[in-house]
Amino acid sequence: MTPAGTRPRRKISVGQRLLGGIGEIFITLGIVLLLFVAWELWWTNIDANRTQGEVTAQFAQQLEVGSSTGDDEDFGPAPIAKIPDGETFGIFYIPRFGKDFAHPVTNGVGMDVLNSVGIGHYPDTQAPGELGNFAVAAHRQTHGQVFWDIDKFKEGDEIYLQTNEGFYTYQWRSTEIVDPSQGEVLLPVPHQPGAEPSTSILTMTSCHPPFTTRMRIIAYSELVSWRPASAGPPAAIAELVAKTMKN
Amino acid sequence: MYAWIFKNLPGPLWFRLILALGLILTAVLLLMNYVFPWLSQYSPWTESTIGMMLL
Repeated sequence: MTPAGTRPRRKISVGQRLLGGIGEIFITLGIVLLLFVAWELWWTNIDANRTQGEVTAQFAQQLEVGSSTGDDEDFGPAPIAKIPDGETFGIFYIPRFGKDFAHPVTNGVGMDVLNSVGIGHYPDTQAPGELGNFAVAAHRQTHGQVFWDIDKFKEGDEIYLQTNEGFYTYQWRSTEIVDPSQGEVLLPVPHQPGAEPSTSILTMTSCHPPFTTRMRIIAYSELVSWRPASAGPPAAIAELVAKTMKN
Repeated sequence: MYAWIFKNLPGPLWFRLILALGLILTAVLLLMNYVFPWLSQYSPWTESTIGMMLL
């Protein structure tokens, strides 16, 4: 047995050291790449969820909501919501996406909006309550993955939008998968250039299939009813609205 | 490279282990908070909007 410390060190040539160094660089790059994937799929969600929670709470502060008066009353045609440039103008409540789903919607679909505050409104499309197409986009995954469940809508599902004006209730109608270049889904009457709209629809767009950007998934809903803010939220989301307003 | 760094950290083994962990953590946090957000503006993988050929 050789006493400790006297074992002869193996001689390492310059070439071997160089190769070892290059190997270490490749291993490092590999680890950094994996970390980037972890950042994209996981870290961005943490950041975005915090931001979106803050933005929702801040926007909710300036909203006034009466106590609910029951769902039966008809408040007539919905007013056209005001959408200021680049600002948050509403909160989406989508029970199909989770019973606590409350996310802000902001004017603009740049990465500055989608990557932080979540849902963005295509500025050239119509406003809630206006005849035509109120179109929004959000990420399917990463940055809060707000529209992760966009493929799960079922017959009768309702989507609620709260703005300064009140509560817009949309009902899901259909979903389609299109090519990323098919901007005609954002037309006042989707796929029909020049057609005169006779209804108010909500169009949600996101990525498809998940974790790719090959196609786009488009979910269409139709405005079915409206309540002024003073009449309180629809019964289905009353609890969630109360919780959101309190935060 | 990493062997060299580890050999040149000061102090006893346990202290060098903690230092090494600290260095790794710092590198990861720098990547997560600054490098990746910057890098992602060049990444085409998260587009979710649709053709901007509007109206």
